Amino acid sequence: MAERIAPITMPKFGLAMTEGTVVGWLAKTGDNITAGQELVEIETTKITNVYESPVSGMLRRQIAQEGEIQPVGALIGVVADATVPEAEIDAFIAGFEAETTRKSDDGDTTATPANTIIEVGTLRLRVQDSGNAHSGKIPVVLIHGFAGSLENWMLTQPVLAEQTRVIAFDLPGHGESSKSVGDGTTRTMARTVQDLMNTLSIDRAHIVGHSLGGAIALELAALGPDLVASLTLIAPAGLGPAVNGVFIEGILTADRRKTLEPVLSLLVHDKTLISRQMIEDMIRFKRLDGVLPGLRTLAAASFEGNRQSISLLAALENYVGPVSILWGENDEILPVANADIIPDQGMVTRYAGTGHMPQLERAGEVAERLATIVTGQDNP
Amino acid sequence: MSRKSFRQAINEALRQEMRRDERVILMGEDIAGGKGGTSGVEEAWGGVLGVTKGLYTEFGPDRVLDTPITEASYIGAAAGAAATGLRPVAELMFVDFVGCCLDQIMNQAAKFRYMFGGKARTPLVIRAMYGAGFSAAAQHSQALYPIFTHIPGLKVVIPSSAYEAKGLLIEAIRDDDPVIFLENKLMYDEEEEVPDEPYTIPFGEANLTREGDDVTIVAFGRMVALANQAADLLQKQGISCTVIDPRTTSPLDTGTILDCVAETGRLVIVDESSPRCNMATDIAALVAEEGFDTLKAPIRRVTPPHTPVPFSTALEKHYMPDADKIAAAVRSVMAYAAKQEA
Repeated sequence: MAERIAPITMPKFGLAMTEGTVVGWLAKTGDNITAGQELVEIETTKITNVYESPVSGMLRRQIAQEGEIQPVGALIGVVADATVPEAEIDAFIAGFEAETTRKSDDGDTTATPANTIIEVGTLRLRVQDSGNAHSGKIPVVLIHGFAGSLENWMLTQPVLAEQTRVIAFDLPGHGESSKSVGDGTTRTMARTVQDLMNTLSIDRAHIVGHSLGGAIALELAALGPDLVASLTLIAPAGLGPAVNGVFIEGILTADRRKTLEPVLSLLVHDKTLISRQMIEDMIRFKRLDGVLPGLRTLAAASFEGNRQSISLLAALENYVGPVSILWGENDEILPVANADIIPDQGMVTRYAGTGHMPQLERAGEVAERLATIVTGQDNP
Repeated sequence: MSRKSFRQAINEALRQEMRRDERVILMGEDIAGGKGGTSGVEEAWGGVLGVTKGLYTEFGPDRVLDTPITEASYIGAAAGAAATGLRPVAELMFVDFVGCCLDQIMNQAAKFRYMFGGKARTPLVIRAMYGAGFSAAAQHSQALYPIFTHIPGLKVVIPSSAYEAKGLLIEAIRDDDPVIFLENKLMYDEEEEVPDEPYTIPFGEANLTREGDDVTIVAFGRMVALANQAADLLQKQGISCTVIDPRTTSPLDTGTILDCVAETGRLVIVDESSPRCNMATDIAALVAEEGFDTLKAPIRRVTPPHTPVPFSTALEKHYMPDADKIAAAVRSVMAYAAKQEA
């Protein structure tokens, strides 16, 4: 039985988020809502995302108004049964705020795991090691794609971290990791993942790869099948022939906001998700010493115009563990038609109205799906 | 990535470039700390405001040179060293001291490439602090970037934040022409996220710190933050602004300025240098000549009055542009438009 009165607080999308702006309420005061229903749209410097109600009941108060900025954890709304008197809700709000003030005086006890730089061979990799290492469950390793970073998992990692240890990291040439990519092949990248797991004393993990990271995950499965407890490939490279060469070329050549925005817009179906900050972050990333040569090498190793020069279908067929493949139907970079060559179509889940980044555009569904894989309850 | 002050960002840029390229050397008054006088401390200060701290101990006396108080001699020496293969970063301390060495900059360093048939390169950076607000009086408070901008052959950089400072200084050190790098002395303690790795920001590419529909504000150095404060204020009153930080006055990204004015139709320029023949007049002339058809209201300039910088803190406050003065200028161009439409 749920509490009579439930607080709706500013959610935390990703580890770096400290505050958010209420873009708009998707339910009116007095509406009856169910748990999981889209409740409020929240914008951070990184992303705009819909927050789903954690509880069922009547939305009694919208405390944060549209356009208001609130810190993570601040009370932004109240859900309660229709029978709860207004006075009781007022008392709840006053009590919640007093409690929050007291807690913040005590200092922040829910410190988020910091990014650490880990030496792996001659490389330095930025790693975000979160979740419970002693859960007894197999850990998860998240591999981002071309020109991405560990921040691509900002909406995935916190959900999985409730279950088990979760490793997100920046591939060589990306984020804050070393910019040296060697020959730039997915095989070389997979060896780096292997070395990283070794360094972190992880002998087996659920491997999740997005885009080029999906091809790297397949290479890893071929390289060391025992390392891979399961494979989850999100809009993966290496399966099927097509890639949008305009995107790859645009990432390499566009260096101003005006030219980069249309390139980054190809990543998502809902173009409003590309925030000013995302574009700025990409410009700043590309300015770092060594980034451009690294990206060029990576692109040249796997893509040629609108064709992929790699195929990892054999690796997929040879892998005996569980495989899930998630793909947005409106993917403008690696088209969903690429999935047609996958022999076992039962592996494939297609998301309608979704572009190349289901882990952002269908964040809730993807994270939930991954959680079921991690806890062994997945039934594809 | 971590939070760094403007001072730390500049220090890190110098340190990383000195590690990367042994031709990079530093020269200037007290940059090694004047050897600590009689205290016996080898590196007591690291520059009058601590910007070069730790570099003397890391790179030694061959690469971090404390110079006599003779600007003409060491700026001349730095120009010569640049022409013969080193990449010196000379610090002029207060930009006001350029009066003592302008010949070396204006007639020598700036002209080498041109006078020697394009065969000479002069990879010289001259760092200096500028600006009022420190109650440092008339001889230590000027914003002299228009003087350098006026001289062909010099590149002139005015970073507006810690992130900008690091990337622009590394770009300056790697550039093969003389670059004047001007640091507002009120900004040294201002912090923001700055990557730990080296990176470069290209010259001649303006940065739009925000984009709006009504008025374009062009601002330089510390004025960029004030323009953004004004824009925040104006946003609440329903006026949305574009703020342009040109980053470099030479080369100047005229294309971005004209494009933004074409979109908003109104222009306010914020320049803390003396008002005659400064960047505000230069940009006003540019837009009047090439963007006249796009204007809905007269161009407004926000500058100090044409006087020496006062020592009195009360007068100095009146002298300086601030967010309120910028907001008032923006409202006045909006009011002009409203009057025309009425």
